[in-house]
Amino acid sequence: MANLLTISGSPHIHGDQSIRKIMWGVVIALIPALLVSFWYFGIGAFIVTMMAVLSCVVTEFIVQKFILKEEPTISDGSAVITGLLLAMNVPGNLPWWMVVIGSIISIGVAKMSFGGLGKNPFNPALIGRVFLLISFPVAMTSWPLPFQNRWVFTDAITGPTALGVIKEGLGKGDSLDNLMTRIPSYAEMLIGNMGGSLGEVSALAILLGGLYMIIRRIITWHIPVSYILTVFIFAGILYLIDPSKFIDPVFHLLAGGLMLGAIFMATDMVTSPMSKTGMVVFGFGCGILTMLIRVWGAYPEGVSFAILIMNAFVPLINKGFKPAKFGEEVKHG
Amino acid sequence: MLLKTFTLGGVHPEENKISSGQPIRKAPIPKTAVVPIAQHIGAPAEIIIAKGDKVKTGQLIARGQSFISANVHAPVSGTVTKIDEFMDSSGYRKRAIQIETEGDEWIGTIDRDEKIDATIKRSREEIIQLIKESGIVGMGGATFPTHIKMMVPQGKKADCLIINGVECEPYLTSDHRLMVERGEELMIGARILMTALGVEKAYIGIENNKPDAIDHLTNLSKRFPGITIHPLKVKYPQGGEKQLIKAIINREVPSGKLPIETGCIVQNVGTAIAVYEAVQKNKPLFERVVTVTGKSVRNPCNLLVRIGTPISVLLEEAGGIPTDTRKVINGGPMMGKALNSLDVPVIKGMSGVVVMPEKEARRPKISNCIRCARCTFVCPMGLSPYLIAQMAEARLEERAEAERIMDCIECGSCSFTCPSGRPLLDNIRVAKSKVGQIIRSRAK
Ligand code: SF4
Ligand code: SF4
Repeated sequence: MANLLTISGSPHIHGDQSIRKIMWGVVIALIPALLVSFWYFGIGAFIVTMMAVLSCVVTEFIVQKFILKEEPTISDGSAVITGLLLAMNVPGNLPWWMVVIGSIISIGVAKMSFGGLGKNPFNPALIGRVFLLISFPVAMTSWPLPFQNRWVFTDAITGPTALGVIKEGLGKGDSLDNLMTRIPSYAEMLIGNMGGSLGEVSALAILLGGLYMIIRRIITWHIPVSYILTVFIFAGILYLIDPSKFIDPVFHLLAGGLMLGAIFMATDMVTSPMSKTGMVVFGFGCGILTMLIRVWGAYPEGVSFAILIMNAFVPLINKGFKPAKFGEEVKHG
Repeated sequence: MLLKTFTLGGVHPEENKISSGQPIRKAPIPKTAVVPIAQHIGAPAEIIIAKGDKVKTGQLIARGQSFISANVHAPVSGTVTKIDEFMDSSGYRKRAIQIETEGDEWIGTIDRDEKIDATIKRSREEIIQLIKESGIVGMGGATFPTHIKMMVPQGKKADCLIINGVECEPYLTSDHRLMVERGEELMIGARILMTALGVEKAYIGIENNKPDAIDHLTNLSKRFPGITIHPLKVKYPQGGEKQLIKAIINREVPSGKLPIETGCIVQNVGTAIAVYEAVQKNKPLFERVVTVTGKSVRNPCNLLVRIGTPISVLLEEAGGIPTDTRKVINGGPMMGKALNSLDVPVIKGMSGVVVMPEKEARRPKISNCIRCARCTFVCPMGLSPYLIAQMAEARLEERAEAERIMDCIECGSCSFTCPSGRPLLDNIRVAKSKVGQIIRSRAK
């Protein structure tokens, strides 16, 4: 009996958290947004999503099994998330082989070459997306319109995103009033009835997923709230300065990938800071960069670049913003 | 009502207070008792009897020496049969006194009258002297000699006493039972401690999952001026001294300092009752209440046990050792120590014996840190466990020290929470002892 006793250090019990639970929780949170994208963009959205998930999982399996020669951990769900997020960041009619290339870059380069889950400094899905954007700029910016060609995959009728309309229009000297008539109403943007990448469309569906993740304690509110609030305030200030040149802040919240980025991409735990204050700083930085790129940058949308740039700052943020320590300041209440 | 609690970190392990409804009952007096002479933090006591001597229950058998040390008394009456090294709950063989029990004859000075004596006749100095003579140590598990804790260092001032009735460890219920069954003695014990400290205020902190104890003591407190009861939100590790002080009076013990910096002294419920017995009844510390529990234990219970009783006797009392037993823990599952033998004796600081079946004893599979920051969120000391554990593994002791590794109270919240199953505290503990050595060598 006595020699059968296990000796190990405390604690002797473990909570119910596991990587698997967290990751599959994120997948569940993505379901509303996925369903909305299938609804608006039909079969194309479905094919792109499946393709991305499959190629991410297969890439991870092959790299782990045959190159790193370690036990594959695809069942932890993290490759599935990368696949889903990559799909949500591309147009619904993107040729399947581009999706595969994006997935290989995301998993093979951005994740596994750094040592796998937990070691990658940059968000893998965003790296995949930016790679595709640079390599295939035309395909990556032809956005199928909702409810058109829901049963065909390619050659969909495409149009620019709302952000694109505004940016291009303002660049050409069109007046904002005029441009506003060419973008969907805010109510439509909220439910997602507009052109855009799969996950950019419905702010509402994304918010729902975000709420779920906060309630299940998969993420905390710090990054999404500080990110979205920063964009809102930045855009609000510009709007107050000159409402004829700058569009109102609500537009910035609903258009493009802000919701997707703030709730699902910037909150990737591997590539975001380790303290709550650090997270707020990170969200703030993402917000500022997003607005700078949207208003003055070369691309209409800045969320991906903003998050990737802030990913690079994470080690620095972690050094500068440690958690508040107990007994640091002597407080007598 | 918004309940008080500490602010930084904390976790909610399953409470599993299976034995909370079981009244305290006496365990049988063991046939042989093995009494270690080092049951406390500090120097072992010096043995003052010899093999073959007859001893009575309560007789001093080893005297505390040097500054930090504590007296040890015979828990049974009988003959000293051996003075040797015995395996104790630390897993090492240490010096102990073995006594063959014959009857149960107590020393004459102990007042065995069950009547509760509420009048405090002793002076401050006398109280501290009696605590010292009775060999009382922190009974929540810290085992720091109580008489030393009660001596406020020069230049510091105590303004309140906190009685720790939190019992935040899952499974354990001995303090809970003491509060319910021996509330009055606890209150008198608290008054005695207040007298010894020269303070007017005492707070008793109890987690909200013990409503019967809260009600009972709140009623009693009407008769004891200066003592107030504070229900607290259930959160681990609220029983940590620093966390408890923060929760009740919102003061923070500065890093590296003792609680007295904030003007308060914390004593555990069991300790306060032992103080009552020592001061009012002249009874030295030779028995204590131990919770014997576990999910597959047949009769989880709270036993009044003589020090030196082998754990196996307690397990028999609880219905025998379950067949699926894999781990037996001295203390609670968060901070307790796994025992490597069931023959080891009960000591003064042992609040519970938790039996864990195979299924629960297993540790999660370890994978990469996913940088989820959950360990930093739950650390009650505001440390970055992932980081100091990483430094510990990389043998970067100096950097770990700068990250305040020595502030770690070894509560285990980080390892408990980590979704990657990383043994954070294991690594931190190893590095902590190395950093401790470095600090000591620097002081020389
Ligand atoms: S064991 Fe130490 S590092 Fe881990 S949570 Fe507790 S105090 Fe923090
Ligand atoms: S809880 Fe575990 S996985 Fe998360 S940051 Fe801490 S060590 Fe890493």
